[in-house]
Amino acid sequence: MVRLSAAPDVDAVEADPRLVGLPDEPRDQRFYRRMRFIRDFEETLLALFEEGLLNGTTHACIGQEADCVGVIEHLRAGDHIFSNHRCHGHYLAWSGDARGLLAEIMGKPEGVVGGIGGSQHICAPGFKSNGILGGTVPAAAGIALGLKLSGADGISVVFVGDGAFGEGVVYETLNMASLWELPLLVVVENNAWSQSTPLAVNFAGDMAKRFEAFGIPTTRLESTDVLEIDSEAERQIGLVRESRTPRAFIIDTYRLCHHSKSDDNRPADEIAARWPLEPLTVHSARLDTAARERIDGEVGAALTEIVDEARALA
Amino acid sequence: MIFVRELNETLHRLLETDERVVILGEDIADPYGGAFKVTRGLTSKFPDRVLTTPVSEAGIVGVAAGLAMSGYRPIVEIMFGDFVTLTFDQVVNHISKYSAMYDGKVTCPVIIRTPSGGHRGYGPTHSQSLEKHFLGVPHLTVVAASPYHDPDAILSALLRQDEPALYVEHKLLYPEHVVRPSGSRIGDAIGREESTDGWLPSVVLSQVPAEDCTVTVLAYGYSALLAAQALEELAVEEEVFGELVVPSQIAPMDWGPVEASVKRTGSLLTLEEGTADWSWGTEAAAEIGRRGFSRLRRPVQVVASQPTVIPSSRDLERKVLVGSDTMKEAIREAAA
Repeated sequence: MVRLSAAPDVDAVEADPRLVGLPDEPRDQRFYRRMRFIRDFEETLLALFEEGLLNGTTHACIGQEADCVGVIEHLRAGDHIFSNHRCHGHYLAWSGDARGLLAEIMGKPEGVVGGIGGSQHICAPGFKSNGILGGTVPAAAGIALGLKLSGADGISVVFVGDGAFGEGVVYETLNMASLWELPLLVVVENNAWSQSTPLAVNFAGDMAKRFEAFGIPTTRLESTDVLEIDSEAERQIGLVRESRTPRAFIIDTYRLCHHSKSDDNRPADEIAARWPLEPLTVHSARLDTAARERIDGEVGAALTEIVDEARALA
Repeated sequence: MIFVRELNETLHRLLETDERVVILGEDIADPYGGAFKVTRGLTSKFPDRVLTTPVSEAGIVGVAAGLAMSGYRPIVEIMFGDFVTLTFDQVVNHISKYSAMYDGKVTCPVIIRTPSGGHRGYGPTHSQSLEKHFLGVPHLTVVAASPYHDPDAILSALLRQDEPALYVEHKLLYPEHVVRPSGSRIGDAIGREESTDGWLPSVVLSQVPAEDCTVTVLAYGYSALLAAQALEELAVEEEVFGELVVPSQIAPMDWGPVEASVKRTGSLLTLEEGTADWSWGTEAAAEIGRRGFSRLRRPVQVVASQPTVIPSSRDLERKVLVGSDTMKEAIREAAA
């Protein structure tokens, strides 16, 4: 049987260690650094939008950084990630390629996909995203089927939000993934709001049971703590790797920013109540002030360099 | 050999010779072997790479996208052409876009095959020719089986290309023999294959030498078979002569053979079984009008089925779908 021609090669991009982790850095600091990187990247983008430097739109993942970092920590070359419209955190956690992503969102030829895909349509070794909700899930299952047919040991991971549960093709795929025993992990980032609509208005019944009805074992974790997510993700990914069968991992989280841009009508007090629980606040309590400030400074400096470089691109 | 057998043998051969080929479809497993038996024998011989699927057209085409981007060559059977609507999002927003929107970093060469068309009394939702809705989707090749094109050559060519394709098989072609061009003949007619680099071939055929033809008839699929019969009868009974151009690839379209024929005949008539208006034929009229306006002695005539549902009743179905009588009348007029 053929080997995959698109064998993921996560080392293809030279990531700045100040953004993705220094050698031998303690784990708490590494996680903090990686989440800080994603947060600062997203905030930088929003600022660049204000400046009028970016075209189109963007969906920031502010508040959800722990999912990106905790889950992707356990993926490796040979695995494949399919992400969605809110893909920056996933891509940065996977590749560390801030330069390529920023250039992409700025519409530069140096971007990951030459400025064609923009914010929602990224493709790099082992990684893809598409802005059509739920339509990515069968493709992720197809990648898992390819891994199965070729006898490769990788797994396929697809990130979806709560909004994607409205799409029928998701259920078609869960059925096939279970029937055909595909090495697929569906990671649900339930951030409680589908664009402007709260979960309670969009969603009937129990989220986990929707997977369980197809015989897909499901774990649900309400957390913004990267250590909790990391530990459960390690278990989930290990189980998919070992069993070569699908699983679902639901993370109940919260999006602190607007859906895309200037489109947030959520109750201010609800958002305010979530800020003390956001991943950086939760995790930074584990770091001493000196370490935290050092990392903040390093991430900030590295991103500033990248932004300056990107601005200078033709 | 009849078309359905040729197609079946082609799929067997492709699975044998190309280990990237994976076939997905509903009810394709033996002993049933598919609603039209195109896939008969495949699951018995290639159980790992031929998967009978749940009734989930969007899902299986989406799975095929993932396979294709992983280096496989999935061929998906959609049981009836009417059901391709369920795959539309996957085709338009996923499969046909991936390569271009990812700046060529991947290819997504999914092949979707589907039995389509009417004249069998299957009624409004199992008789349609919906391929016109896929014409003009960027980076999607739309191909129609015909009585004159070797399915092995066509599918082999599609497997060599990096872009996805929709291959439409009119149901009434399944029991027909495929007639291949041989020398300067195609069956009883004068004919040849015309191929341009980068395009699937067209065939051009006529009852009399081309210089004696006064109309070019452009048709694909089963309509091409009906048109060939109509032209034969008109030649024998009324000395009305037309040149028939039958492309295999209907979008994007190699207009070269059509343009060349129109230069000879000065008139163009298009025939298709799909519904009239906003159709393949109207595109042909625009394109040939633009290319060969001064060569046309009359406006391009576009003949298609009535823009309404396809009735189950045999008599009513005949009134809606383009049939031989309508074709003959239109050819007479366009040849004058």
